[in-house]
Amino acid sequence: MHPVRKQRLIVVLLIVAGSAIAVALAAYALRSNINLFYPPSDIAAGKAPVGKNMRAGGMVLEGSVKRDPDSLRVDFIVTDYSANVPVTYVGILPDLFDEGQGVVASGQLNEQGVFIATEVLAKHDENYMPPEVQSALDAAQQNGDKAAAPLN
Amino acid sequence: MLPEYGHFALILALVLALLQASLPLIGALTGNRALMATARSLAAGQFVFISLSFIVLCALFMQSDFSVVLVARHSNTLLPDIFKFSAVWGNHEGSLLLWVWILSLWSVAVALFSRQLPLDMVARVLSVMGMISIGFLLFSLLTSNPFARQLFNVPAEGADLNPLLQDFGLVIHPPMLYVGYVGFSVAFAFAIAALSSGRLDTAWARWSRPWTNIAWAFLTVGIALGSWWAYYELGWGGWWFWDPVENASFMPWIIGTALIHSLAATEKRGVFNSWTVLLAIIAFSLSLLGTFLVRSGVLTSVHSFAADPERGMFILIFLFLVVGGSLTLYALRAPTVASRSHFAWLSREFFLLINNVLLLVAMLTVLFGTLFPLLMDAMGMGKYSVGPPYFNAVFVPIMALLFVFMGIGPSARWKKTSALYLRGQLLTAALVSVACGLLFPLLLGESYSVAAALAVCFSLWLILSMVVDIREKTRNAVNLVAGLKRLTRAYYGMVLGHVGMAICALGVCLTSQYSVERDLRMQPGDIAEMAGYQFEFKGSKKIQGPNYAGERGLINVLQNGELIAELKPEKRRYFAQQGQVMTEADIDAGLMRDLYVAMGEPLANDAWAVRLHYKPFVRWMWLGGLIMAFGAVLAALDKRYRLKATANNKRAADSAAALSIG
Repeated sequence: MHPVRKQRLIVVLLIVAGSAIAVALAAYALRSNINLFYPPSDIAAGKAPVGKNMRAGGMVLEGSVKRDPDSLRVDFIVTDYSANVPVTYVGILPDLFDEGQGVVASGQLNEQGVFIATEVLAKHDENYMPPEVQSALDAAQQNGDKAAAPLN
Repeated sequence: MLPEYGHFALILALVLALLQASLPLIGALTGNRALMATARSLAAGQFVFISLSFIVLCALFMQSDFSVVLVARHSNTLLPDIFKFSAVWGNHEGSLLLWVWILSLWSVAVALFSRQLPLDMVARVLSVMGMISIGFLLFSLLTSNPFARQLFNVPAEGADLNPLLQDFGLVIHPPMLYVGYVGFSVAFAFAIAALSSGRLDTAWARWSRPWTNIAWAFLTVGIALGSWWAYYELGWGGWWFWDPVENASFMPWIIGTALIHSLAATEKRGVFNSWTVLLAIIAFSLSLLGTFLVRSGVLTSVHSFAADPERGMFILIFLFLVVGGSLTLYALRAPTVASRSHFAWLSREFFLLINNVLLLVAMLTVLFGTLFPLLMDAMGMGKYSVGPPYFNAVFVPIMALLFVFMGIGPSARWKKTSALYLRGQLLTAALVSVACGLLFPLLLGESYSVAAALAVCFSLWLILSMVVDIREKTRNAVNLVAGLKRLTRAYYGMVLGHVGMAICALGVCLTSQYSVERDLRMQPGDIAEMAGYQFEFKGSKKIQGPNYAGERGLINVLQNGELIAELKPEKRRYFAQQGQVMTEADIDAGLMRDLYVAMGEPLANDAWAVRLHYKPFVRWMWLGGLIMAFGAVLAALDKRYRLKATANNKRAADSAAALSIG
């Protein structure tokens, strides 16, 4: 084989090998490290898996935030106004966490249907809504409209 | 009338951009020197008008002219002046104007510092930059006009800037980042000009190198500043989140790094010509992709302002035009150029090739992780998020591999080098770094950290290999000082780049391994023990700022009974925007460790939720970034980029020198 061609072939093989390693790493890392988002309606309907890392989000229900007096434990309810999910979190909540505001929490659902959050994210300014929460609210709204339609 | 002047200046700039994109190119294609010569003046004219427009917008913000929608939404009379000024780019429309202004700044810099370039090359380069400018000016004027007015119901007070952005970090981080981002447009323009003229030789690589270096240096500083800002401003001590928007700036950086290295091979040895062009195209395309991701609102991120599909669509179309157009040109022209020289397996070319492959693969894994959630969502497969564990698992091994070759590359010679020579040079360095790496965790921690051992191994290897190389390069000199004086700035730039990378990696890995963090409930008088320090919470008191009220805690930090720091973290409630709450952390900074304290929320009985961090070596990563950036600037200032000018044209060189002094 012509030396230049040979060199080019080996270069291509190198790139292929590099990409293969990367794909293998990526596939391995993806298997355990991606989290699916579940809106409250899906969780309440039992569509979300128990004991698996995932994210949940919606609006914090007014009047639902309860702080433990002796620790940093906080309980609150996340809602899309058609279903509610209780959430427990131990730690410091973000600055913009408040009742009636959108949040996204990551963690696991336990057997009792309580979402044990390891991280709670709130929106970062007053005019911004996390897209997941917005679409969860829209979906719940639509379902609500459908359910309500026959009554009218 | 002022806003209308600003708007009008922007429209005039668009007209000039249209001329700049077409006239010089027509000149270059038909050989008309008069038309080619218009490129420089048109670039200067465009710069003047965009500057005018930008100054007008700054003035509107400084005067708090709330008849301008943008000012009313993002500023406030109570805002301190410096933040009124930075509020100009603390929003979508203004940051876009900053972007276009920086593009015109780069264009005018190319026009000024290109005296040694053939005129048709200057014409082609500036014409390409004119085309990019058209795209962004149209984007600004059609979808995000910063000068839009509300002449009825002018509000008496503005809505205020997001408190997160009321910070010195925001004053400098976006401009730095943009200068870097947009700077890749110069490398891109050179590549397209070289492709279109059919002169894909070593000359274009030599012309692009200093520009690419400078752009890369700014991007490095911009990313480092962003990380530093997030660290002290977001209030929980994180410095890199693999947030899609961080990735958006990181991907052009990775490819820019690859580009710097492959430009070196192209210039010195005439290899990888078409590959280098492709990298230049990819680097700028990634800058545009980043703009799309940030500005379209498709992502959840601190950087996204309110979503607007129309804007996303515009950038997406622009992105397709740029990428599609340049790749078509590439497909047509690149096959005609062939590398004229050969190299052996063990040679510097080969190591630079490995560098390029690894960096490209690293970029692709980041790109995949960033786009995966978007793709899944678009296909209706569910709303996924890809978090730091994915990126760490994929990115860190690739970087470790890269470090191994980074140490060998500089010692290898161009064209051919022997394995025996390399072993003789580097064996000691390799052994010493492995030994020190293995011992290091024993000195520091109670539990042995393998990750820390590896980090020290690889970083020390990189530093020692540089030391070995400097010794080798100065071997024939009379003495060490004379030898060091003989080395070029480009060489020192390379050394600083590599050493900076090692220091940065050390900071990242060691702070990840050895940081201690605790969230506590603390009452006045409580003492918490952490990492050999005692944190005593003394209570909090009310404070009053220019546009906020809040509480300031006092935490005394003691070590062995001795007071070493009084930390005063704050919790602020800003008056505007329905009282947005902000955490201001307080940090006792040091080269070896940071002590970081933030207040969470008030609890019953004067108690507070308090977050305490001990972060060893955290400063090293930003310090490393600065060293890298300094190295890149030093390399760009190497004499030989100017010596060529003297050889070509004495008069041109004089004017270039006058400019670089002035």
